[in-house]
Amino acid sequence: MKWKEIKARKHSYILMSPYLLLFAIFTVLPVIMSVFISFTYFNMLEFPRFIGWQNYSRLFLEDDVFLIAIKNTILFAVITGPLSYMACFVFAWIINDLRPKLRAFMTLIFYAPSISGNVYFLWQMIFSGDRYGIANGFLIKMGVLLDPIQWLKTEQYIMPIIILVQLWLSLGTGFLAFIAGLQTVDKTLYEAGAVDGVKNRWQELWYITLPSMKPQLMFGAVIQITSSLAIADVSIYLAGFPSVNYAAETIVTHLIDFGTIRFEMGYASAIATVLFTLMVGTNLVVQRLLRRVGE
Amino acid sequence: MRLALPIRKRRVNRSFSGTFWMFVFLAAVAAFMALPLVYAINAAFKPLDEIFLFPPTLFVRHPTTSNFIDLMTLLGQSWVPFSRYIFNTFFITGMGVVGHVLLASAAAYPLAKHKFPGSKLIFTVVVLSLMFTPQVTAIPNYMVMSWIGLIDTYWAVIVPAFAFSLGLYLMKQFMEQIPDALLESAKIDGANEYRIFWQIVMPNVKPAWLTLVILLFQMLWGTDGNGFIYSEQLKTLHYASNQIIFGGIARAGVGSAVALILMSVPIALFVFSQSRIIETMTTSGMKD
Repeated sequence: MKWKEIKARKHSYILMSPYLLLFAIFTVLPVIMSVFISFTYFNMLEFPRFIGWQNYSRLFLEDDVFLIAIKNTILFAVITGPLSYMACFVFAWIINDLRPKLRAFMTLIFYAPSISGNVYFLWQMIFSGDRYGIANGFLIKMGVLLDPIQWLKTEQYIMPIIILVQLWLSLGTGFLAFIAGLQTVDKTLYEAGAVDGVKNRWQELWYITLPSMKPQLMFGAVIQITSSLAIADVSIYLAGFPSVNYAAETIVTHLIDFGTIRFEMGYASAIATVLFTLMVGTNLVVQRLLRRVGE
Repeated sequence: MRLALPIRKRRVNRSFSGTFWMFVFLAAVAAFMALPLVYAINAAFKPLDEIFLFPPTLFVRHPTTSNFIDLMTLLGQSWVPFSRYIFNTFFITGMGVVGHVLLASAAAYPLAKHKFPGSKLIFTVVVLSLMFTPQVTAIPNYMVMSWIGLIDTYWAVIVPAFAFSLGLYLMKQFMEQIPDALLESAKIDGANEYRIFWQIVMPNVKPAWLTLVILLFQMLWGTDGNGFIYSEQLKTLHYASNQIIFGGIARAGVGSAVALILMSVPIALFVFSQSRIIETMTTSGMKD
């Protein structure tokens, strides 16, 4: 029976095959390989040697830097994840009330940082360590500081700066999806809500707007969670690699360290596998929470 | 003085002060978002003595184009001609975008419109793959690519971009809106699946297409081929610009000029296609 169905749909399979072939080679296969390699010792020269859970036990029990990386990544994710998710929604929500021209302009302002390529090096000029950096110059002129601060080389300032830059960058695809989602909310629902006793805009938001755009909320969550767990580029560009006393080490920078510098592929794959699990797990939990919106 | 409220039609359940404070908040954050971009634009036109002015100024006083001229002379003397970097970036971006739009649309059409064994599973895997970023598969990816022999060619960046999962996802969601009746009638007129796809479905999903173009353009425009491309002649504009930006103090103004050039292209593209992109995104939700 099944075979007949497959035969009848052969054109569908033919249409999909080029994409699926590449998807399998460059996405599915690497994930499977990564899980397998994580149980081996592999240095790219010799054939991988099976060593069981050793990489994982080393990762969690012996690797101090990995613990810092986990701590930093979770801190980033817990702060930038929810904040950027809420920012995406709140700004989309406010912008949605504007006139079309102003709305287009504001959308551009908020979206521009995330599309302009790797322009976050601009922040390096702002937080530059000498008196000519905008932040230092401004604070010295105001009399807050006497001497310039080495913002990106001082442990305690690194994390807050990266979080700030990450938030600046984070209004991307999720933000656009929310703007779009808000435009699809049925306008008559608001009038109906007013009749039913919705008193202010907050109730309107919770009982009408949010439930109407649940599908977009789910999509946005996936995008925001995934990107907030994968912070690496900003950290490398701004804080250097490795950063001062590993203050900005994240799971991904740790992975890059072992994968591209030390060539311990088995160990790096174990890091990658931990990261997958973390990403997929967080996504599933958050999606479950989001189903309860508006109840 | 009366404040002109920027609301089209005042909806019910709105208080004036709430609206007012929300817009103050919006304006403040917008200023923060725009700050680095404003800074970059101004810095690109600053003469050297203004870049090292104390206290630093945000706005340029005596704008000059000397940074851009320096950039041109600087690049004119480099080992690989600048035009080569431009060509590389355009080649990678162009091939990647076209290939992705074609392959992802071809795959999205059956997923959106046909029920067949395995379609659910395939889509679930694609959604799942949205949940992790490319960095986590970088190592096996490198191995796969070296087996196929793509290392140190443009294709190492281009081919994986063909199978970018967000594009397939958005395209499939958008295609689901096409009325079945339209496809049925084409079938009755004797068109086969490929013809339906090419002549009926594709023209009807123009906004989705444009969105894929923008998303992929951004991604490939910003790529430096790091880790996959080694030959200097094959490297991208982005790579060249990184070398200039991290070149040191003497080139501070030139760095800003490069930044301005790099960011103006994707931003301009977005400005022209904004409404289409938002139209596509209206279908971007994940249903239970």
